[in-house]
Amino acid sequence: MRTAGIDIGSITAKAAVMEDGMILGSRIIFTGYNTDLAGRKVFEELIKELGIETASIGKIVSTGYGRSSVKFARKTATEIICHAAGALLLDGRVKTVIDIGGQDSKAISIDGTGKIKNFVMNDKCAAGTGRFLEVMARALGSDLDEFGSLSLKADRPSRISSLCTVFAESEVISLISKGETRENIIAGIHESIAARVSAMAARIGIVSPVMLTGGVARNIGVVKALEAKLGIPLVVSQYAQVMGAIGAAVIASRAV
Amino acid sequence: MTEKLKQILIFIAAGFKKLVLRFKKRKPMKEIMMIYYMEGKSARVAGKKVAWITSGGPVEPLIAMDVIPIYPENHGAMIGASKMGVDLCEKAEMMGYSRDLCSYARADIACAVVNGGPIGGLPRPDMLVCCNNICGTVLKWYEVQARRFDVPLFIFDTPFCHTEYSEEARKYVRSQIDEYMVFLEKACGRKFDSGRMENIWRWSIEGQKLWQAVLDTAASRPAPISAFDAFYHLALIVSLRGRRDVVDYYSDLLAGMKDRVARGIGAVPGEKYRLLWDNLPIWYRVRWLSRRFASHGACLVADTYTSAWCGSLKYVDLSRPFFDSMAEAYTRIYLNVGIDEMARTVIEMIDKYGVDGFVMHSNRSCKPYSLGQYDIQRIVERERGIPCLMLEADMVDERNFSESQVATRIDAFMEIIKQNKK
Repeated sequence: MRTAGIDIGSITAKAAVMEDGMILGSRIIFTGYNTDLAGRKVFEELIKELGIETASIGKIVSTGYGRSSVKFARKTATEIICHAAGALLLDGRVKTVIDIGGQDSKAISIDGTGKIKNFVMNDKCAAGTGRFLEVMARALGSDLDEFGSLSLKADRPSRISSLCTVFAESEVISLISKGETRENIIAGIHESIAARVSAMAARIGIVSPVMLTGGVARNIGVVKALEAKLGIPLVVSQYAQVMGAIGAAVIASRAV
Repeated sequence: MTEKLKQILIFIAAGFKKLVLRFKKRKPMKEIMMIYYMEGKSARVAGKKVAWITSGGPVEPLIAMDVIPIYPENHGAMIGASKMGVDLCEKAEMMGYSRDLCSYARADIACAVVNGGPIGGLPRPDMLVCCNNICGTVLKWYEVQARRFDVPLFIFDTPFCHTEYSEEARKYVRSQIDEYMVFLEKACGRKFDSGRMENIWRWSIEGQKLWQAVLDTAASRPAPISAFDAFYHLALIVSLRGRRDVVDYYSDLLAGMKDRVARGIGAVPGEKYRLLWDNLPIWYRVRWLSRRFASHGACLVADTYTSAWCGSLKYVDLSRPFFDSMAEAYTRIYLNVGIDEMARTVIEMIDKYGVDGFVMHSNRSCKPYSLGQYDIQRIVERERGIPCLMLEADMVDERNFSESQVATRIDAFMEIIKQNKK
């Protein structure tokens, strides 16, 4: 059976189509101000790209902050259950999922039978999220896509101690004015995210293998910093950013 | 209209309302509370004194002295429930109070200056009684108000009881009850009547036992009453314990709940999951939260907050001199004991009410209640293996509440509970 998952996040909207446990394709667009429209658009574009008929999709499940605005979905599920389901589809051994999205980060622990044991999310604060990185990229006049590779060239990562995004931005600005290299500052930013996320994840107990999902997983600098902080390697799939949509499609295939 | 004339009119209206209420078979909470506040506002006309007191403070001696007790914290809850918290908190911040200060304190301090809020400010106090068994903030808060109104302040200091109530603590707290009597005699200008006090103490205990019995009905499946209902019915045991009409009110309520149990009527239709709530309510979102949980078939069957007004009953022995019991009961309340004790209470409630999950409100305002929640969560997960949810918010200050974040957390938490119950 063919199913689809739509994940409306704070920054991007994602769609994925599955058939009998195989991922047929996925797509990412910016959410913009109209979540309803973003849901329809990303789904229609994906269908067109795959060259399939909308009618061939059996069930659709939506997730993400805009999940309830996807009117054509059969049901909604939270990002927690979707990221876990997506991670388990790609790697059945995964015991912990760390998802760093646009406006929140979360850690999910999974037991031996694939059930979610517990989850924890960041508190009402943008530190340790994709939005934090966006703000920093703007302050540094840099592009997010080059953030990862630039940070790997750092020789002495800066120390960013503020937890507040606005204060951290002022710290970055003062580092710039002191003449610190961009590479070191970016590496410092990644380390601060890694510190924040690993402290949060520790609350539910980190058990290997750990998969990193969400758009921020595309940033190699954050992946390396988090691996160093946790002291274990992370599993990062090419589908990291669309994991929520894939999980939603998995849940759709189980739905009655 | 002069202030005096206004008070006389309120006094007459209160008398009339009281007369009408006497002929009603069941006394509605709203009217009892309205008369209570009207009597407070016209106390001078009736020749009565008004004392402001903290929610966990020993109120019975005030009632024995015919002093009308007024609770700024109950007022804070009313401000929160009527969504007037942000406005008043901002006023307090303009006066120079930190945003990190408790929102009850901020709302009350601002209200005393602008006479705002749902009832146009509290009746002016003649004295203040501050008991620090609930937190340390009340000390400074009451000092501020004592200066503002230029009235005497009595501080009832209850030492923290990590695990036990030591002999030293017993003596120390007991001696303050005597000082409290002296304070009241001086403030009221007459002798303290111990005989009357003993009767009031018995009414207070009776009220607390009935309140506990009301909460206990939630052990039935489905629960006839939810924590959200309890937040509402709580007002009388907080504000008027020691009075006979409180006993009547809870007797009626208990009978109503027993009837619902007998007929199998639940607070949440089709109750599937049972949850325990920790910390103060999020007053401006009680209905929203109640509906959100109910949409998942979940009922919050019990909470650590409303049960705090009967949680010390185990330390009350009516055969002992009542002042001894009173001193111990007021010292060993839920917020004045160690984390292990708190976790023990939580686990007892989980077992008693057959709970599937634990919802904790990490309340930015209430530090003594929120500090240690992660430890309690860990103990609960270890001892009972049920999932715990942490919601970050504030009891009155809506600026600390994010609807979509809370909604996602609740939905995900319910997904886990559903998956566990499969």
